[in-house]
Amino acid sequence: MRASREKPPFPPGGGEGRDEASACATHVRPLLDVRNLRVEFPTRRGVLTAIDDVSFTIAPGEVLGVVGESGAGKSLTGAAIIGLLEPPGRIAGGEILLDGMRIDHLPHDAMRRIRGRRIGAIFQDPLASLDPLYSIGRQLTETIRTHLPMSESAARVRAIELLQEVGIPAAERRIDHYPHQFSGGMRQRVVIALALAAQPQLIVADEPTTALDVSIQAQIIKLLRRLCRDHGTAVMLVTHDMGVIAETADRVAVMYAGRIVELGPVADVIRAPKHPYTIGLMGSIPTLDGERERLVQIDGSMPRLTDIPAGCPFHPRCNRVFERCLRERPDLIAAGTSRAACWLHAALPA
Amino acid sequence: MPRCRHERAGSHPVSAERLLHVSHATKTFDVSPPWLARMLARQPRLLLHAVDDVSFDIRRGETLGLVGESGCGKSTVARLIVGLHRLSSGTITYAGTDTAALSTGGGPRSLRRKLQMIFQDPYASLNPRWRVADIVAEPIRAQRLVRGAHATRARVDALLTQVGLAPADGHKYPHQFSGGQRQRISIARALASEPEFLVCDEPTSALDVSVQAQVLNLMRDLQRQLGLTYLFISHNLAVVHHVADRVGVMYLGRVVELADKPALFAHPQHPYTRMLLDAIPDLTMAGKSRVPVAGEVPNPLSPPSGCAFHPRCPFANERCRREAPPLQPARGGGVVACHAIEEGRIGPESVFRESAVAAVPK
Repeated sequence: MRASREKPPFPPGGGEGRDEASACATHVRPLLDVRNLRVEFPTRRGVLTAIDDVSFTIAPGEVLGVVGESGAGKSLTGAAIIGLLEPPGRIAGGEILLDGMRIDHLPHDAMRRIRGRRIGAIFQDPLASLDPLYSIGRQLTETIRTHLPMSESAARVRAIELLQEVGIPAAERRIDHYPHQFSGGMRQRVVIALALAAQPQLIVADEPTTALDVSIQAQIIKLLRRLCRDHGTAVMLVTHDMGVIAETADRVAVMYAGRIVELGPVADVIRAPKHPYTIGLMGSIPTLDGERERLVQIDGSMPRLTDIPAGCPFHPRCNRVFERCLRERPDLIAAGTSRAACWLHAALPA
Repeated sequence: MPRCRHERAGSHPVSAERLLHVSHATKTFDVSPPWLARMLARQPRLLLHAVDDVSFDIRRGETLGLVGESGCGKSTVARLIVGLHRLSSGTITYAGTDTAALSTGGGPRSLRRKLQMIFQDPYASLNPRWRVADIVAEPIRAQRLVRGAHATRARVDALLTQVGLAPADGHKYPHQFSGGQRQRISIARALASEPEFLVCDEPTSALDVSVQAQVLNLMRDLQRQLGLTYLFISHNLAVVHHVADRVGVMYLGRVVELADKPALFAHPQHPYTRMLLDAIPDLTMAGKSRVPVAGEVPNPLSPPSGCAFHPRCPFANERCRREAPPLQPARGGGVVACHAIEEGRIGPESVFRESAVAAVPK
C-alpha cells in the first residue's frame, strides 16, 4: 500500500508506531530535515529561483517559526514540504526528509497518502479550507477514514473527540453544523481538528492566525502550543508576524528573497538579532513600550525574483554593506547561538 | 478650552480648536431578506446597528486612533465622516459646518477639499487603467486648484516627490508598483487637494512591517510639515500606540473607552481595553504567552442586551446584562462606558489577569 518507489534508508513508515512522548530534546534525529532546497519556476524569460539553498531541521515536538515579508519564499517552502507546489514551480535541487525518508520526489499518489496522514496542513483562510456543502462532521469522518482503518461510527466518535480537543463547545451538536454556521475563530479550530485527524507527526501551518482578530489569535496560538506539547507534534509555523513567532516558536528562521538569512533560538533572534535585515525588521515593528519618534526604516523593498542582486541579496538595502558583500554570497555563519548569512560575522568570529 | 497635553520629544502643535465633532452618530444597515421572501417567512425587517450612538471630538493637529476588532464599526465611522455613508441619526460637523450634505454628493466644495481619505487596500483603491500622474491629478482638476496643464503637472511632480516617489513615476501604471509604493500614491492623491484632515482606514494593514514603518514615518513627517489632523483607524494596538495622541476603543458599534494615549496604555479602564492589551503579542517576553480574551465578538445582528461586552466580561453582573452603560468621565481624564468602573467594582489595578484566565473556556 505504501509508496513503493521510494528507497527508504530507514524502515518505511517509521512514524507509524512512534510513541507520543513529549520529545523536545534536540539530540534526537530531526523529524523533518530540509537540505539545500531549491525551488524554481520556469518561465518564458528564463528560470526564476524562488527558493535557493534553504536548509533547516525540525525535531519532534518542536515549533519552528518561519518568518519573512511577502515574497520571501516562506509559504513556498511550506508548499514544497507538503508537496503542493503550484505546477510550473518545481523542486530543482536538494532533499526533504521526513523521519529519514525522502519525500521530495514521491509520485503524486504516494505523497497524497503522506499528506494528511503524516503531515497535516493548516492554511490562512479557514473558509477556503472547508467545503461549504458538507457538514464539518462529514468532512472530519471522511478525513479520518481516508487515513485510518475505522468504521463510520468509530470515526464519528473520534471526530467529536477532536472537536472537543480543539475547544469547540457542545461538540456533539456542532458536529452536524456547516462551516458557515461557525465564526472565524471556530472555523480555524475545525481546520486544526482536520489537520490533527490522523495524528500527523508534522503540521505545516501557513499563516494560521493572520485572518483572525488579536483576541482570537491568542486563543489559537495557545491551542497550537498545547497540541504540540501533548502529542509531540512538530510544527512548522509560517507567518509574517514576529509577535506570533515570539510566543509560539522554539526556533525561528528569517527568510529574505528566497533564502534563510538568520536561524536561531527565538529569544536570541528577537532580543539580539545578528543579520542587518533582522535588526531592521525588529526595529520597524511598533511596540507598546516606550515612545519612539520614528520607526527604524529599511529603505527600498525586497528585490523581485527576476533581479536578485549578486553577492548578498540584501546588500543594496544594507547599511553595513562592504566590498565582499557585492561579490560573494554568504552562507549561514555561526553568530552567537544563532547563525546568520552575513559577512560581518565571518570577519568577527563570535 | 485649553488643556494640558502630554508633551513628547519633538511634539507637534495640537491646538485646542475642535476640528471635527461627532455627536451621537448612528448608522443602521437594512440587511433584511428581499420583500417577498420576508413576507413568505413572516420575518420582520433585519437591522444591523453598525455604529450606535458614537460621539467624539478631534482637535486640530492631533491624531485620534480608533481601535477594535473586525465588525466593531470603526470603518463605518470613517466612511460616515467623509460622507461615503449617510448617517441614520446624529450629526458630524467639521469646523462648525454640518457634513451631512457630503453623502448626497453636495456640500461646500471647500469641505470636500479639506476632508480626504486613505483606504486600506492600495490594490483596490487605485484605478488600474490610469497613469499615476492622472490619479494624483484628478483631485486637482476636479477642484480646479491650479490652472493649466503645466501647473497641474508641476503640482503632481511636487506631490510625488513629497511622498518619496520620483516625478518620472507619474508615467507608470499602478500595477508597476509594490504595495508600499501604491500606498504612497494613495497618500499623494489624498494630499493633492491640500486637505486639513485625513481619515486613514487601516492604511498599513495590507503592508509588510518594514514597509509599514516607511509609510508610518512618512505620515508623521507629513503631519509635521503640513499640520494635518488624522483619524487613524487600525486593529493593531501597537501601530495605534505609535501614531496616536488620543485613542478610542470600539466594541460592537460603540465607543467603550476614549482617553489620551499614555493614560489608555498605562491605565486601561474598560475590561475590554484591558483584555485587548493583554492579548497583544509582546516581543520582549519571547516564549511567554499572552492572556487570551475569552469568547468571541457576538453577532452584531443580535447584540447582547445591556452592555454588549457582558458575555465576555469577568466582572459582569445583573445590571450589566440589563442596561447599556453610557460614557462617563474616568480616572486619568478619559471617558469609559462601564458599570463596574462607575460602581467601583473594578479597582485601577485589579487582579485582572487571573480572573481573565479563569474565564477562558479550556
